[in-house]
Amino acid sequence: MTALSGREVVAHALDAARLAGADAADAVLIEGDSTEVRVRGDAIDFVKQARGRTLGIRSLLAGKEGRSSAIASTSDLAAEAVERMARESVAVARATAPDPAAGLPEGGFAEDWEKLDLGLAHPEDRGVHVESRIQDAMDAESAARRMDDRIDNSEGSQASSGHSRITYGNSLGFLGGYESDSHSLFSEPVAHDDAGMQRDYWMTLGHSLAELENPAEVGRRAAERCLRRLGARPIPTCEVPVIFDPVTAPSLLRQLAGCVSGYAVYRKSSFLSESLGEPIASPLLTAVDDARRPGGLGSRPFDGEGQVTRRNVILEEGQLQSWLLDTYSARKLGLASTGNAIRSAGSPPSVGPSNLWFEPGKASLEEIISETPRGLLVTELIGMGFNPVTGDYSRGAAGLWIEGGEIQHPVEEITIAANFGDMLRDVDAVGSDLLWLGRVASPSLRVSRMTVAGAG
Amino acid sequence: MSSRDRSSVIGFFNEHFGLEERALTAALDTTLARQVDYADLFFEHTSEDAVVLEEGIVKSGDRHIEQGVGVRAVARERQGYAHSDEITVESLQGAAQTARAISQESGGVRALSATSGGSPDRDLYPVEQPPTEASVERKVALLGEIDSYARSLDSRVTQVMASCVTQYRQVMMVGSDGTLASDVRPLVRLNLQVIAEKPDGSRREVGSQGMGGRYDFDTLSQPEGWKKLVGEAVRIATLNLEAQPCPAGSMSVILGPGWPGILLHEAIGHGLEGDFNRKKTSAFSGRLGERVASEGVTVVDDGTLPARRGSINVDDEGTPSQRTVLIEDGILCGYLQDRLNADLMGMPRTGNGRRESYAHLPMPRMTNTFMLAGQESPEDVLRSVDQGIYAVSFGGGQVDITSGKFVFSANEAYRIENGRLGAPLVGATLIGNGPDVLTRVSRIGSDLELDPGVGTCGKDGQSVPVGVGLPTLRLDGLTVGGTQG
Repeated sequence: MTALSGREVVAHALDAARLAGADAADAVLIEGDSTEVRVRGDAIDFVKQARGRTLGIRSLLAGKEGRSSAIASTSDLAAEAVERMARESVAVARATAPDPAAGLPEGGFAEDWEKLDLGLAHPEDRGVHVESRIQDAMDAESAARRMDDRIDNSEGSQASSGHSRITYGNSLGFLGGYESDSHSLFSEPVAHDDAGMQRDYWMTLGHSLAELENPAEVGRRAAERCLRRLGARPIPTCEVPVIFDPVTAPSLLRQLAGCVSGYAVYRKSSFLSESLGEPIASPLLTAVDDARRPGGLGSRPFDGEGQVTRRNVILEEGQLQSWLLDTYSARKLGLASTGNAIRSAGSPPSVGPSNLWFEPGKASLEEIISETPRGLLVTELIGMGFNPVTGDYSRGAAGLWIEGGEIQHPVEEITIAANFGDMLRDVDAVGSDLLWLGRVASPSLRVSRMTVAGAG
Repeated sequence: MSSRDRSSVIGFFNEHFGLEERALTAALDTTLARQVDYADLFFEHTSEDAVVLEEGIVKSGDRHIEQGVGVRAVARERQGYAHSDEITVESLQGAAQTARAISQESGGVRALSATSGGSPDRDLYPVEQPPTEASVERKVALLGEIDSYARSLDSRVTQVMASCVTQYRQVMMVGSDGTLASDVRPLVRLNLQVIAEKPDGSRREVGSQGMGGRYDFDTLSQPEGWKKLVGEAVRIATLNLEAQPCPAGSMSVILGPGWPGILLHEAIGHGLEGDFNRKKTSAFSGRLGERVASEGVTVVDDGTLPARRGSINVDDEGTPSQRTVLIEDGILCGYLQDRLNADLMGMPRTGNGRRESYAHLPMPRMTNTFMLAGQESPEDVLRSVDQGIYAVSFGGGQVDITSGKFVFSANEAYRIENGRLGAPLVGATLIGNGPDVLTRVSRIGSDLELDPGVGTCGKDGQSVPVGVGLPTLRLDGLTVGGTQG
């Protein structure tokens, strides 16, 4: 076991890269440990404890036509292993092509990261006993089963607690780190009646245990979602308004994030690549990415290149205001990084949202439903039917059929299809129910018209 | 795998990490408590490298070493698992103590000394040189050739993104029942995405293709293989420039041979995995012996096909892989099992206990899943449909195991009119119900093909390489999700 701290490991990796011949380098160390438990019924399914550390070194070589680069990563942090990987990264970099846009950021490094408190670290919860998390899962499981006799099985209830530490440094002198704790509880009951069997889930997650929903509440909401799917059937093919609930709506925002990523834009592999500054969505839609949202699941004091993080408005009342950019994609587009570099140990920087959300509107989901004469409320999406190059969208769905402003019956074995660009423009209602079930969150959204295909 | 190779893997872990047999047995003894039925250790050392090309140049390469050990204790359906990326006697002992925490009491059974080799005397994927040891310069050169060739095929090609990933994984499984098994798994993969644009800039489309398997880099770099791949990606991208919106509704669908076998993977395969059936959460639970497909439909899972992406010599619990018949002439006759679920269900292990890495618990997973060929010529199958769609190539798919509903998306599809291929279609998604979709099979072609070696299956957050295969197949009354009502 190494006695070196994370910052010492990163500093050593940068020295090793320089000694191996790199003209510039950066390194990231990701350390984590976690406990995960799953309970089914009143029995433990598994208890899993993990610890891992991975170091990634990126070496850059300067040439006349730009810089060439390569990455090497290892979970072996012994000094000689780190030195070997540094040499590997330089050797691979010699084989790659020079690229004028490659290289470390020129400035813009975070200076305030040490004093910033984003609510990510909660040392007080690190001693939580595995028995206590087993109890949380048991409580969720039994609450789900108590709801109704038809809940007679489950895929289990799962609780996890983890702690991670990210350290990043580069040869321009930036060296920083931060810690983050995470806890979650997830419950997936199975209900059955004469018509068949259905599952659904509910979950809660946060940086501290206090932020989690009560386990019984998690089980109860999972059971509710599951029970209302019993008796689901297809409906005949039709064109109707489609409402996405806060569980399914974030998938639309994740798609949008992919389409405004700097990489998709400079490659022209996004249908939005020529639309900056233009109205691309309903004026009801405003999307914000903010890495400094207190307690946010995607919050970070600096990004994967050490850049200062900030609030970026992506979409303002339907107008496309900003791409999501790291240093490389920003240079390709002649712009500045938006502080959205994400980094794993083994890959070059890329772009991703931090905390990204659609601003909520005024109406509750119930009000939106009551103002929908005939339509579909989508509560689950499956499949990968989205093409970012063209915007073609067609996915499998399950949900609830609405007639006369009221929910009539559950629906399954259907697809919903449209062009994603049209869907963004056709949003005609935004709910007040913004809900954080991950880094990307959305309130309920209604799209005025989509093709629903079914056999019914 | 040959016994020579097997002992060399065991020697590798011994030499690199100082793990003598005594240390292994001691770790198993620590794990075994009175209420623990079984304990095992899973050692892994994986090297991987990747080079990626875009805009005509290889901008970056990467290389990784991943190593670690996972320790598991099993007591009936309960599992305790701990893993560490440090392979030392101390970390092994620590993990062993954590894993046995699922049991309240300690002391009891002792581990048998690890001597009995569970590994069959075969190697499904011997390589002269690990693919990770082929030089990075050769991989960079290959991507450069692919880029020029793609651009030379059609002037409408505007972007080529290509990657070459090679992997060499050595694993060793030691069990308290005396199991001692190992496997050396090479894996290579080429991926290609081509974007084509109409000369007037009015439309852009994408074509994606991939190929790979458990073989060496020399084989991957043979021009006849990758030229076909590039040709297909360019053909699909340019074809889709003229594609029309897909119809929506219930209709007859013909699936082309090969990769459309993803239908079997999503609709059938997952629902037949032992864990879901033991828990009775699968739409197929309790249906062994029942008709779930038309006559003539036989579906197998076969982990023993030489050099295939989904193949394994032994699974990640040391059980030899095998060919398992899942559906025979339309009747459901088998599940895919790992050790825990097979034992609890009183059924035979099938060599399907797989895991993504040492950081994961094994689960029942598919290997290569395909339908056996029928009698009809593919042309006759196509001619038999008046109105419908013909789907040749697919992106991804997904299934809800419990309700049985599955979906998958075509990236090359055509309208069928009066038994003939019509206009190409974009955005075709197929949806159906797993337990009855194969009862809708009305014609089976004679042209079984396996996919080109690109499948990755995700379950419970774990990814493993898999294969699929299918002959040309006609299905009636499948729901197609397009935009044209």
